[in-house]
Amino acid sequence: MASLRVLVGCKRVIDYAVKVRVRPDKLGVVTDGVKHSMNPFDEIAIEEAVRLKEKKIAKEIVAVSCGPAKCQETLRTALAMGADRAIHVEIAEKEYEGIGPLQVSKMLAKLAKDEDANLFIVGKQAIDDDCNQTGQMLASYLDWPQATFASEVVVEDGDLKVTREVDGGLETVKVKMPCVITADLRLNEPRYATLPNIMKAKKKPMLKKKPADLGVDMTPHVEVLKVDDPPTREAGVKVESAEELVSKLKDVGCI
Amino acid sequence: MANNELRYAVKQLYKNLIFLGREYPKGADYFRERCHRAFMKNKELTDPEQINELIGRGEYIIKELEALYMLRKYRAMKKRYYDTQ
Repeated sequence: MASLRVLVGCKRVIDYAVKVRVRPDKLGVVTDGVKHSMNPFDEIAIEEAVRLKEKKIAKEIVAVSCGPAKCQETLRTALAMGADRAIHVEIAEKEYEGIGPLQVSKMLAKLAKDEDANLFIVGKQAIDDDCNQTGQMLASYLDWPQATFASEVVVEDGDLKVTREVDGGLETVKVKMPCVITADLRLNEPRYATLPNIMKAKKKPMLKKKPADLGVDMTPHVEVLKVDDPPTREAGVKVESAEELVSKLKDVGCI
Repeated sequence: MANNELRYAVKQLYKNLIFLGREYPKGADYFRERCHRAFMKNKELTDPEQINELIGRGEYIIKELEALYMLRKYRAMKKRYYDTQ
Protein backbone atom coordinates (compact mmCIF):
# COMPACT_ATOMS: atom_id res chain seq x y z
CA MET A 1 0.00 0.00 0.00
CA ALA A 2 2.98 2.27 0.64
CA SER A 3 0.95 5.33 1.42
CA LEU A 4 1.87 6.26 4.95
CA ARG A 5 3.68 9.41 5.77
CA VAL A 6 5.61 8.85 8.97
CA LEU A 7 6.84 11.68 11.14
CA VAL A 8 9.57 10.92 13.63
CA GLY A 9 10.57 13.18 16.48
CA CYS A 10 14.23 13.25 17.46
CA LYS A 11 15.84 15.15 20.25
CA ARG A 12 19.46 16.21 20.61
CA VAL A 13 20.68 15.21 24.05
CA ILE A 14 23.97 14.90 25.87
CA ASP A 15 25.61 11.68 24.70
CA TYR A 16 24.79 8.68 26.85
CA ALA A 17 28.45 7.93 27.52
CA VAL A 18 29.24 11.40 28.89
CA LYS A 19 29.43 11.99 32.62
CA VAL A 20 26.92 14.76 33.24
CA ARG A 21 28.01 17.65 35.46
CA VAL A 22 25.80 20.11 37.32
CA ARG A 23 26.28 23.76 36.41
CA PRO A 24 27.77 25.96 39.15
CA ASP A 25 24.51 27.97 39.40
CA LYS A 26 22.65 24.69 40.14
CA LEU A 27 19.95 25.46 37.60
CA GLY A 28 20.96 22.98 34.98
CA VAL A 29 23.78 20.83 33.67
CA VAL A 30 26.91 21.78 31.72
CA THR A 31 26.18 21.52 27.99
CA ASP A 32 28.94 23.66 26.49
CA GLY A 33 31.71 21.64 24.87
CA VAL A 34 29.99 18.39 25.79
CA LYS A 35 29.42 15.69 23.21
CA HIS A 36 25.81 15.48 22.09
CA SER A 37 24.04 12.88 20.03
CA MET A 38 20.57 11.72 19.17
CA ASN A 39 18.44 10.41 22.02
CA PRO A 40 18.85 6.59 21.87
CA PHE A 41 15.09 6.01 22.04
CA ASP A 42 14.58 8.36 19.10
CA GLU A 43 17.13 6.37 17.13
CA ILE A 44 14.93 3.36 17.74
CA ALA A 45 11.93 5.38 16.52
CA ILE A 46 13.73 6.35 13.30
CA GLU A 47 14.85 2.77 12.75
CA GLU A 48 11.27 1.56 13.06
CA ALA A 49 10.12 4.11 10.49
CA VAL A 50 12.91 3.10 8.12
CA ARG A 51 11.96 -0.55 8.49
CA LEU A 52 8.34 0.33 7.68
CA LYS A 53 9.60 2.01 4.55
CA GLU A 54 11.76 -0.95 3.61
CA LYS A 55 8.67 -3.15 3.96
CA LYS A 56 6.96 -0.76 1.53
CA ILE A 57 4.40 0.21 4.14
CA ALA A 58 5.58 3.77 4.58
CA LYS A 59 5.98 6.18 1.71
CA GLU A 60 7.91 8.99 3.26
CA ILE A 61 9.76 9.56 6.52
CA VAL A 62 10.09 13.06 7.89
CA ALA A 63 12.44 13.63 10.81
CA VAL A 64 11.49 16.50 13.09
CA SER A 65 13.49 18.21 15.80
CA CYS A 66 12.77 21.26 17.96
CA GLY A 67 15.74 23.04 19.44
CA PRO A 68 18.80 25.21 18.86
CA ALA A 69 20.70 25.35 15.55
CA LYS A 70 22.92 22.40 16.52
CA CYS A 71 19.91 20.10 16.30
CA GLN A 72 20.60 20.03 12.59
CA GLU A 73 23.43 17.58 13.26
CA THR A 74 20.94 15.28 14.93
CA LEU A 75 18.62 15.61 11.97
CA ARG A 76 21.51 14.78 9.62
CA THR A 77 22.02 11.58 11.56
CA ALA A 78 18.33 10.82 11.14
CA LEU A 79 18.59 11.48 7.40
CA ALA A 80 21.68 9.28 7.21
CA MET A 81 19.75 6.48 8.89
CA GLY A 82 17.13 6.67 6.17
CA ALA A 83 14.68 9.55 6.70
CA ASP A 84 13.72 11.31 3.46
CA ARG A 85 13.62 14.87 4.68
CA ALA A 86 13.83 16.86 7.86
CA ILE A 87 12.10 19.76 9.55
CA HIS A 88 13.98 21.82 12.08
CA VAL A 89 12.04 24.11 14.37
CA GLU A 90 14.69 26.52 15.44
CA ILE A 91 14.48 27.74 19.01
CA ALA A 92 17.00 30.14 20.52
CA GLU A 93 19.29 28.57 23.09
CA LYS A 94 17.96 30.83 25.84
CA GLU A 95 14.35 30.06 25.05
CA TYR A 96 15.02 26.34 24.71
CA GLU A 97 16.00 26.09 28.36
CA GLY A 98 12.51 27.05 29.48
CA ILE A 99 10.46 24.76 27.30
CA GLY A 100 9.41 21.20 27.95
CA PRO A 101 7.26 18.42 26.54
CA LEU A 102 4.19 20.68 26.57
CA GLN A 103 5.52 23.19 24.04
CA VAL A 104 7.33 20.56 21.98
CA SER A 105 4.23 18.38 21.69
CA LYS A 106 2.18 21.39 20.56
CA MET A 107 4.73 22.12 17.86
CA LEU A 108 4.89 18.48 16.77
CA ALA A 109 1.09 18.32 16.67
CA LYS A 110 0.94 21.35 14.39
CA LEU A 111 3.62 19.85 12.13
CA ALA A 112 1.77 16.53 11.97
CA LYS A 113 -1.37 18.38 10.79
CA ASP A 114 0.56 20.51 8.28
CA GLU A 115 2.41 17.53 6.87
CA ASP A 116 -0.69 15.38 6.75
CA ALA A 117 1.02 12.57 8.65
CA ASN A 118 -0.51 9.14 9.19
CA LEU A 119 1.82 7.98 11.87
CA PHE A 120 4.00 9.71 14.42
CA ILE A 121 6.79 7.75 16.06
CA VAL A 122 8.79 9.21 18.94
CA GLY A 123 11.12 7.74 21.51
CA LYS A 124 9.38 6.89 24.77
CA GLN A 125 11.54 9.37 26.67
CA ALA A 126 14.68 11.45 26.33
CA ILE A 127 17.70 10.47 28.37
CA ASP A 128 18.32 14.05 29.52
CA ASP A 129 15.10 15.10 31.27
CA ASP A 130 13.49 11.62 31.37
CA CYS A 131 10.08 13.23 31.03
CA ASN A 132 8.29 10.47 29.13
CA GLN A 133 5.48 12.88 28.26
CA THR A 134 5.95 14.17 24.73
CA GLY A 135 4.36 11.22 22.93
CA GLN A 136 1.37 11.12 25.24
CA MET A 137 0.76 14.87 25.06
CA LEU A 138 1.17 14.78 21.30
CA ALA A 139 -1.51 12.11 21.00
CA SER A 140 -3.93 14.15 23.07
CA TYR A 141 -3.32 17.39 21.13
CA LEU A 142 -3.89 15.56 17.87
CA ASP A 143 -6.74 13.55 19.36
CA TRP A 144 -5.14 10.41 17.90
CA PRO A 145 -4.92 6.99 19.52
CA GLN A 146 -1.58 6.15 21.10
CA ALA A 147 0.45 3.01 21.65
CA THR A 148 3.22 3.77 24.09
CA PHE A 149 6.30 1.68 25.01
CA ALA A 150 6.08 -0.31 21.81
CA SER A 151 8.24 -3.40 21.55
CA GLU A 152 6.72 -4.67 18.32
CA VAL A 153 4.71 -3.03 15.57
CA VAL A 154 2.86 -5.05 12.94
CA VAL A 155 0.52 -3.77 10.26
CA GLU A 156 -2.74 -5.72 10.12
CA ASP A 157 -5.56 -4.85 7.70
CA GLY A 158 -4.61 -1.20 7.67
CA ASP A 159 -4.46 -1.00 11.46
CA LEU A 160 -1.45 -1.37 13.67
CA LYS A 161 -1.02 -4.20 16.11
CA VAL A 162 1.38 -2.98 18.75
CA THR A 163 2.93 -5.01 21.53
CA ARG A 164 3.52 -2.79 24.55
CA GLU A 165 5.88 -3.27 27.44
CA VAL A 166 3.86 -2.89 30.61
CA ASP A 167 4.67 -3.70 34.21
CA GLY A 168 5.07 -7.43 34.55
CA GLY A 169 4.48 -8.40 30.93
CA LEU A 170 3.37 -7.48 27.47
CA GLU A 171 0.12 -6.00 26.27
CA THR A 172 -1.04 -6.17 22.67
CA VAL A 173 -3.24 -3.39 21.37
CA LYS A 174 -4.74 -2.62 18.00
CA VAL A 175 -4.79 1.02 16.98
CA LYS A 176 -6.30 2.75 14.01
CA MET A 177 -4.17 5.17 12.07
CA PRO A 178 -3.42 8.00 12.31
CA CYS A 179 -1.80 7.30 15.64
CA VAL A 180 1.18 8.01 17.85
CA ILE A 181 3.69 5.33 18.81
CA THR A 182 6.42 5.71 21.38
CA ALA A 183 9.39 3.38 21.00
CA ASP A 184 10.71 1.26 23.83
CA LEU A 185 14.23 -0.14 24.02
CA ARG A 186 13.48 -3.57 22.63
CA LEU A 187 11.57 -2.44 19.53
CA ASN A 188 14.59 -2.88 17.23
CA GLU A 189 18.33 -2.45 16.93
CA PRO A 190 19.02 0.88 15.26
CA ARG A 191 21.52 0.92 12.41
CA TYR A 192 24.65 3.01 12.53
CA ALA A 193 24.77 6.27 10.59
CA THR A 194 27.87 5.57 8.51
CA LEU A 195 30.14 8.22 7.04
CA PRO A 196 29.08 7.65 3.39
CA ASN A 197 25.43 7.89 4.44
CA ILE A 198 26.03 11.08 6.40
CA MET A 199 27.66 12.55 3.30
CA LYS A 200 24.70 11.53 1.17
CA ALA A 201 22.33 12.95 3.79
CA LYS A 202 23.75 16.41 3.19
CA LYS A 203 21.88 16.47 -0.10
CA LYS A 204 18.53 15.69 1.49
CA PRO A 205 16.20 18.64 2.08
CA MET A 206 15.91 20.25 5.49
CA LEU A 207 13.18 22.75 6.14
CA LYS A 208 13.64 25.42 8.80
CA LYS A 209 10.76 26.79 10.81
CA LYS A 210 10.24 29.09 13.75
CA PRO A 211 7.94 28.39 16.69
CA ALA A 212 6.01 31.53 15.67
CA ASP A 213 5.26 29.94 12.25
CA LEU A 214 3.53 27.14 14.13
CA GLY A 215 1.67 29.52 16.40
CA VAL A 216 2.90 27.94 19.60
CA ASP A 217 3.12 29.90 22.83
CA MET A 218 6.63 29.43 24.21
CA THR A 219 6.01 30.73 27.71
CA PRO A 220 7.67 28.37 30.18
CA HIS A 221 5.26 26.78 32.63
CA VAL A 222 7.80 24.96 34.70
CA GLU A 223 10.53 26.66 36.67
CA VAL A 224 13.68 24.81 37.62
CA LEU A 225 14.41 25.54 41.26
CA LYS A 226 17.51 23.45 41.75
CA VAL A 227 19.55 20.74 40.09
CA ASP A 228 21.61 18.50 42.34
CA ASP A 229 24.00 15.60 41.93
CA PRO A 230 22.62 12.29 43.14
CA PRO A 231 23.82 11.45 46.65
CA THR A 232 27.17 9.69 46.62
CA ARG A 233 27.43 6.28 48.17
CA GLU A 234 28.91 6.40 51.64
CA ALA A 235 32.18 4.58 52.22
CA GLY A 236 32.04 1.27 54.07
CA VAL A 237 33.97 0.24 57.20
CA LYS A 238 36.30 -2.67 57.66
CA VAL A 239 35.69 -4.89 60.66
CA GLU A 240 38.36 -6.84 62.48
CA SER A 241 36.40 -9.84 63.64
CA ALA A 242 33.12 -11.67 63.33
CA GLU A 243 32.06 -10.46 66.79
CA GLU A 244 32.55 -6.85 65.74
CA LEU A 245 30.56 -7.47 62.58
CA VAL A 246 27.67 -8.94 64.54
CA SER A 247 27.66 -6.07 67.01
CA LYS A 248 27.73 -3.50 64.18
CA LEU A 249 24.88 -5.24 62.44
CA LYS A 250 22.93 -5.21 65.74
CA ASP A 251 23.61 -1.49 66.06
CA VAL A 252 22.02 -0.71 62.72
CA GLY A 253 19.17 -3.11 63.45
CA CYS A 254 19.86 -5.62 60.67
CA ILE A 255 19.71 -8.54 63.08
CA MET B 1 43.96 1.76 -13.86
CA ALA B 2 42.58 -0.89 -11.57
CA ASN B 3 45.20 0.17 -9.08
CA ASN B 4 43.78 3.66 -8.88
CA GLU B 5 40.38 2.27 -8.09
CA LEU B 6 41.85 0.13 -5.37
CA ARG B 7 43.72 3.09 -3.95
CA TYR B 8 40.42 4.95 -3.72
CA ALA B 9 38.72 1.99 -2.06
CA VAL B 10 41.49 1.74 0.51
CA LYS B 11 41.29 5.46 1.25
CA GLN B 12 37.53 5.25 1.70
CA LEU B 13 37.94 2.30 4.02
CA TYR B 14 40.47 4.22 6.09
CA LYS B 15 38.18 7.26 6.29
CA ASN B 16 35.23 5.15 7.35
CA LEU B 17 37.28 3.41 10.01
CA ILE B 18 38.62 6.67 11.41
CA PHE B 19 35.07 8.06 11.50
CA LEU B 20 33.93 5.04 13.48
CA GLY B 21 37.00 5.28 15.68
CA ARG B 22 35.84 8.62 17.06
CA GLU B 23 33.50 6.73 19.35
CA TYR B 24 35.94 3.99 20.30
CA PRO B 25 35.73 3.30 24.06
CA LYS B 26 39.49 3.65 24.50
CA GLY B 27 39.55 6.97 22.67
CA ALA B 28 39.89 8.15 19.08
CA ASP B 29 43.68 8.57 19.33
CA TYR B 30 44.20 5.01 20.50
CA PHE B 31 42.12 3.76 17.62
CA ARG B 32 43.67 5.98 14.97
CA GLU B 33 47.18 4.98 15.90
CA ARG B 34 46.43 1.29 15.64
CA CYS B 35 44.38 1.68 12.50
CA HIS B 36 47.15 3.69 10.86
CA ARG B 37 49.72 1.10 11.84
CA ALA B 38 47.63 -1.68 10.36
CA PHE B 39 47.32 0.15 7.06
CA MET B 40 51.01 1.06 6.97
CA LYS B 41 52.03 -2.53 7.58
CA ASN B 42 50.55 -3.43 4.21
CA LYS B 43 51.47 -0.36 2.24
CA GLU B 44 53.92 -2.26 0.01
CA LEU B 45 51.27 -4.62 -1.31
CA THR B 46 50.58 -4.47 -5.05
CA ASP B 47 48.71 -7.69 -5.72
CA PRO B 48 45.03 -6.69 -6.27
CA GLU B 49 43.80 -9.98 -4.89
CA GLN B 50 45.63 -9.52 -1.61
CA ILE B 51 44.49 -5.90 -1.36
CA ASN B 52 40.89 -6.89 -1.93
CA GLU B 53 41.17 -9.51 0.75
CA LEU B 54 42.46 -6.92 3.20
CA ILE B 55 39.69 -4.49 2.25
CA GLY B 56 37.27 -7.28 3.03
CA ARG B 57 38.85 -7.65 6.44
CA GLY B 58 38.53 -3.90 7.03
CA GLU B 59 34.86 -4.02 6.15
CA TYR B 60 34.40 -6.87 8.57
CA ILE B 61 35.96 -4.72 11.29
CA ILE B 62 33.52 -1.92 10.44
CA LYS B 63 30.63 -4.33 10.96
CA GLU B 64 32.11 -5.49 14.24
CA LEU B 65 32.57 -1.94 15.49
CA GLU B 66 29.00 -1.03 14.61
CA ALA B 67 27.78 -4.06 16.50
CA LEU B 68 30.01 -3.18 19.45
CA TYR B 69 28.65 0.37 19.67
CA MET B 70 25.06 -0.79 19.32
CA LEU B 71 25.48 -3.32 22.08
CA ARG B 72 27.29 -0.87 24.32
CA LYS B 73 24.50 1.65 24.00
CA TYR B 74 21.83 -0.99 24.46
CA ARG B 75 23.49 -2.29 27.61
CA ALA B 76 23.88 1.22 29.04
CA MET B 77 20.19 1.94 28.45
CA LYS B 78 19.14 -1.39 29.85
CA LYS B 79 21.21 -0.87 32.97
CA ARG B 80 19.89 2.65 33.48
CA TYR B 81 16.23 2.09 32.87
CA TYR B 82 15.37 -1.58 33.16
CA ASP B 83 17.51 -3.27 35.82
CA THR B 84 15.58 -2.54 38.96
CA GLN B 85 16.75 -3.96 42.22
